[in-house]
Amino acid sequence: MTNTPQTPRAGGIMIEGLRKVYGQGDMAFEALKNVNMTVAGGEVVGLVGPSGSGKSTLLKCLGAIIEPTAGKMTLGGDVIYDHGWKIPDLRTLRRDRIGFIFQAPYLIPFLDVTDNVALLPMLAGVGNLKSRERALELLKALDVAHRAKAEPSQLSGGEQQRVSIARALANRPPVILADEPTAPLDSERALGVMHILNQMAKQSQTAIIVVTHDEKIIPTFKRIYQIRDGETIEVKGEGRSVD
Amino acid sequence: MISLAGRDILHSWQKFVLTGMGLGLLIGVTLTMAGVYRGMVDDAKALLSNSGADVWVVQKDTQGPYAEPSTIKDDVVRSLLGMPGVMRAANVTYFTMQISHRGYDTRAMVVGMESGQPGEPSHLIAGRYLTRSHYEAIADVKTGFAIGDRIGIRRHEYTVVGLTQRMVSSGGDPMVFIAIKDAQDAQFLKDNDAILNDRVRTANNPAINRPAVPGVLEAVQATQTSSHNVNAVLVQVEGTSKSEQVAQSIRRWKHLEAFTRKGMEEILVVKLIATSAKQIGMFLVILAIVSAAIVAFIIYTMTLGKIREIAVLKLIGTRNGTIAWMILQQAMGLGFIGFIVGKIAATFWAPVFPKFVLLEPGDAVTGFIVTLLICALASTLAIRVALAVDPGEAIS
Repeated sequence: MTNTPQTPRAGGIMIEGLRKVYGQGDMAFEALKNVNMTVAGGEVVGLVGPSGSGKSTLLKCLGAIIEPTAGKMTLGGDVIYDHGWKIPDLRTLRRDRIGFIFQAPYLIPFLDVTDNVALLPMLAGVGNLKSRERALELLKALDVAHRAKAEPSQLSGGEQQRVSIARALANRPPVILADEPTAPLDSERALGVMHILNQMAKQSQTAIIVVTHDEKIIPTFKRIYQIRDGETIEVKGEGRSVD
Repeated sequence: MISLAGRDILHSWQKFVLTGMGLGLLIGVTLTMAGVYRGMVDDAKALLSNSGADVWVVQKDTQGPYAEPSTIKDDVVRSLLGMPGVMRAANVTYFTMQISHRGYDTRAMVVGMESGQPGEPSHLIAGRYLTRSHYEAIADVKTGFAIGDRIGIRRHEYTVVGLTQRMVSSGGDPMVFIAIKDAQDAQFLKDNDAILNDRVRTANNPAINRPAVPGVLEAVQATQTSSHNVNAVLVQVEGTSKSEQVAQSIRRWKHLEAFTRKGMEEILVVKLIATSAKQIGMFLVILAIVSAAIVAFIIYTMTLGKIREIAVLKLIGTRNGTIAWMILQQAMGLGFIGFIVGKIAATFWAPVFPKFVLLEPGDAVTGFIVTLLICALASTLAIRVALAVDPGEAIS
């Protein structure tokens, strides 16, 4: 077990002494006390912990949704927070540097599958044609290209989750945050998702953090961070193959 | 970039169209209210145009004959004809009454006019003008009369010999034209009982019924049963630019009130229908507020139904402006559908209204702009909610 941060490889995540306090004075609540974490590019790491341990707060800090109270955070080689200082444009950071996969796919219901994926590059200023080409490439890689023109409501749960993974990868972010991505899936499909995530991490050198309670996928991680009472502990995982 | 609003509208077009239709009917009512006002103004102007007069001569200190009662003697017209600048002049009477027709009551304005003179309807769509001195009538088609129909006006029956169109009073009542003498009798003569009563009273008056002076009583009684009053004299001048000059001259030398077309238009449009215009204006304001409230409520509810999607959009880096624009476009889209439906609805139902409804293109353009402004204003509430959405909701 180790609690020491290491310099990440290109595209990784490094967190040092991260704290998050909600409220002030007597009402103050320290959700994260001293979080240290390192995820290298191309690595898939698990983040586990009981309810109320600070998982969601950590995920929101990592996702540049809330600001930590103290500590330093580096995503894809760029310093995001450093003891009170923060990168000025968090929205652009989220768009270009972080991919999100949610427990439910949360696809935009009024866009077809292709445009759900192509929307991100479009938002980043990539042309419509090029964005759709990139989206189709990703859908092909995730084996859902045959549903490219379908509406999200016409897809199965597994297909929806694969589309949401394609969306998370659309801007080729150095970091992907996955929040219980396999929770609604059966064992086979859950392991299928983990296979895709591992494959994508290797191919694009993306650092992936998977927040999970899912016993089916926990054995697939080589490294796991346990979070308890706002502090992380790194443990070695089984690293079972999902190929 | 994808049009998020356009895609959302296409995705749930049935909901948008149905909601737009509901809103459209409301907009249709609003456009119709504006059309009712325009119709009233147009009726008033048509009344003036169709009378063929340049100057209206009425009783001193009145604003007759349309806005106030006015009575002048019917020989005034002769003195007016002798004035410089006056080309033609004719007596007219106006009174409104209920006319029974095939079991239905029709409210109409009965106009007494001289054949071939100002006051006569400017055009006929069927039949002919009055050729006999008595008991013939020309009716506006809106009265429902046909050629050959008999109209009962007071003690006499009149035969419809001609039909005209767009000849209505300032209140929108269709007109029935009869000869001036008939109209004077109908308007000013008393009923038989009243005449008998007056004769007895006069005969019992020793100052009038003097045995030594025969013929006085009969002469006085004859004046009691004849009418020489009219409501106005319509004057046509030589060159309309001289209207004000002629009117001034009449006011100065004849001790009567004289209005030019401009003055009469002001009485009818500004004064006579002012209360109705305010009433309609109030309706328009209320309808605009109700429309805004409905659009705001619909867009707000639709936005609340998309909170999760908005959170996801914000989380993946969509600009606040893009989200606000999406909601604004949806509100505008709803307004656009509503306006099209409202315009079509108003066009279809306007001719069914009993009074003239004038849907002017200019009002439609103004209505369209106001609808879009109201929709834009109404969307601000939903935009505020959307912009306040925490992107973290997507992962909590």
